[in-house]
Amino acid sequence: MRNLFKIAIRNLMRYRRRTILTASLIAIGVIFVLVFVSVSGSFKNMIISQITGSMLGDMEIHRKGYVASIDNLPLTLMLNSQQVEKAQGAIKKIPEIEAYSPRIKFGGLFSNFVETTNIRLNGVYPDMEMKTLPLLASRIIEGEKAIKKGEIIIPELLARGMKVKVGDMIVVIATNKDGSVNGKQLKVGGILESATGPGGRDGYVHLEDTLEILRMEEQEISEIAIKLYDFGKLNKVANGLDADLGKYVNKQDKPIFEVHTWETLSPFYNIARMIDMMTLFIKIMLIAIVLISIMNVMIMAVYERIREIGTIAAIGTLPGKILSMFVIEGFSLGVLGAVVGNVIGVVIVYVLDLAKITFDFGRQTGLVLSPTLQVSDILVVSVIVIIVAVLGSLQPALKASRMEPIVALRHV
Amino acid sequence: MGLIAAENITKDYQIGEVTVRALKGASFNIEPASFVSFVGPSGSGKTTLLNLIGCLDKPSAGRLLVAGMDVSSFGKRDSAIFRGKNIGFIFQDFNLIPVLTVFENIEYPLLMVQNASPGDRKKRVMSLLGAVGMTEQKDKYPDQISGGQKQRVAVARALVTNPKLVLADEPTANLDHKTAYMVIELMKKMRDDFQTTFIFSTHDQKIVGEAEILYILEDGELVGKQMKGGENHA
Repeated sequence: MRNLFKIAIRNLMRYRRRTILTASLIAIGVIFVLVFVSVSGSFKNMIISQITGSMLGDMEIHRKGYVASIDNLPLTLMLNSQQVEKAQGAIKKIPEIEAYSPRIKFGGLFSNFVETTNIRLNGVYPDMEMKTLPLLASRIIEGEKAIKKGEIIIPELLARGMKVKVGDMIVVIATNKDGSVNGKQLKVGGILESATGPGGRDGYVHLEDTLEILRMEEQEISEIAIKLYDFGKLNKVANGLDADLGKYVNKQDKPIFEVHTWETLSPFYNIARMIDMMTLFIKIMLIAIVLISIMNVMIMAVYERIREIGTIAAIGTLPGKILSMFVIEGFSLGVLGAVVGNVIGVVIVYVLDLAKITFDFGRQTGLVLSPTLQVSDILVVSVIVIIVAVLGSLQPALKASRMEPIVALRHV
Repeated sequence: MGLIAAENITKDYQIGEVTVRALKGASFNIEPASFVSFVGPSGSGKTTLLNLIGCLDKPSAGRLLVAGMDVSSFGKRDSAIFRGKNIGFIFQDFNLIPVLTVFENIEYPLLMVQNASPGDRKKRVMSLLGAVGMTEQKDKYPDQISGGQKQRVAVARALVTNPKLVLADEPTANLDHKTAYMVIELMKKMRDDFQTTFIFSTHDQKIVGEAEILYILEDGELVGKQMKGGENHA
């Protein structure tokens, strides 16, 4: 095998310019894929972490049917205290869950005593919410980074439109599920940076204030947001939780709960999928580049070395060994292109990371792009290149191995 | 029993719709350690006959035994194995592998065909390098040596596996007369040293006289046999 590699590498060196050109083409393809994967991956992961870390949580538990009507924030599809207890029981059994936060989501009117507008609010227990949404505090751009009783955190656009500042008093008016209207005076405790996505323009109040506004004697909950230690285990935990909660059914024998990951709750998931699709297409382009360039080079190599093939076949080299010689040559070319591409790709990604390029996404501005490469990305791209290089050299190698020595020796 | 026994072998080639008979019922016997030449003008069937003896092609009719084996029944793989064990080749254009050094070119059949051990390979290659006078050039590549030197390397490569038979198709055609004569002398010496049968084809009248047995071919027919210093047969 060592000798086959030696011959293959010497043959590649023999046509140095052609080898350099082909390896460069493969390397450019690899660089392109790696840079795209790292930049798009960085963008995707950053947005996902913004969505899950400052708005939604990694997953949520609702009463069955709530999500279908989530735009209306229905107070009639809440989880009652027994159901909340069951859900909490299931959550506590799962060691992968780091934190959870029960929320009451409701819509109401917001008045600064001069003007009135509508507002969507989350009633939360501050400690639980901050643990579940670790990036929420960073979105509070004015005021104390906390949600206190008797205070309200309002979205930036609303504050600007209603000319409300931190420390101002406002009134929140809401209708409860029985149809009665109630209002409560609250102090503006903070201004929240608006974010793109569901809940990105919602305000926050303490859950106990919410109970008061909605005149809720028995606490009911709209949703329970959950944060995991390891985001990679999202689907496994969601499936486990769904299965566990699935045993609780109502009188019609229908499940009481539904579990949703961020993917089903945020429209960004479609953008994330589109990025994945684009990555796939880029990889297919890489496969095409490698396949065509390797096949082209190997067909030329076989054509130029017909007499040489005839000679080695005449002196008794078995067809399998001739096949191996050419396949190893294609393999070596693939490895060369992959190694060069990986090295340059890693350097480019490192430079991009150092450059701290910023971008805007929806209402969020100045997001810093920090592209990184996983070892698995490099391995996947390398394996693709090498497998395709071997496949690309297979047809010319088969042609060489099947050549009749007498015909090959006559070739001029 | 002879090393080669040919009984009425013919070879037809199909060129478009025309069948061309390149060899017409040739019969001959060649003994081990012979130094034989097939002579005749271009198109007389010399190369065809060498290709058949070398198991690179199969006769259309007749029986051909090489080293006691009926080679006309071999498949592609069996032919390759048989050639690797029993036959060495010397080509008109030397056909050395350009990416291998002189040493590696001679070593190639031992390495890639016979899978010999590194120790055996080195011993055998060095011995043949000495025999053909190419020890000094062992690390040079084919494009760094002369035509005569290339053919000496080709002789060494043909002999390195200790074959029963070496076939050389016009081995001196690309060499000047002096070098051609030296190559033929080298082949004869190798025959004496290793007791290997050498069969070569040529149309060079000055080289023809060096063969000990001469088969004369004309238009695909074996028309005569001459023994050096002996009787002639029509």
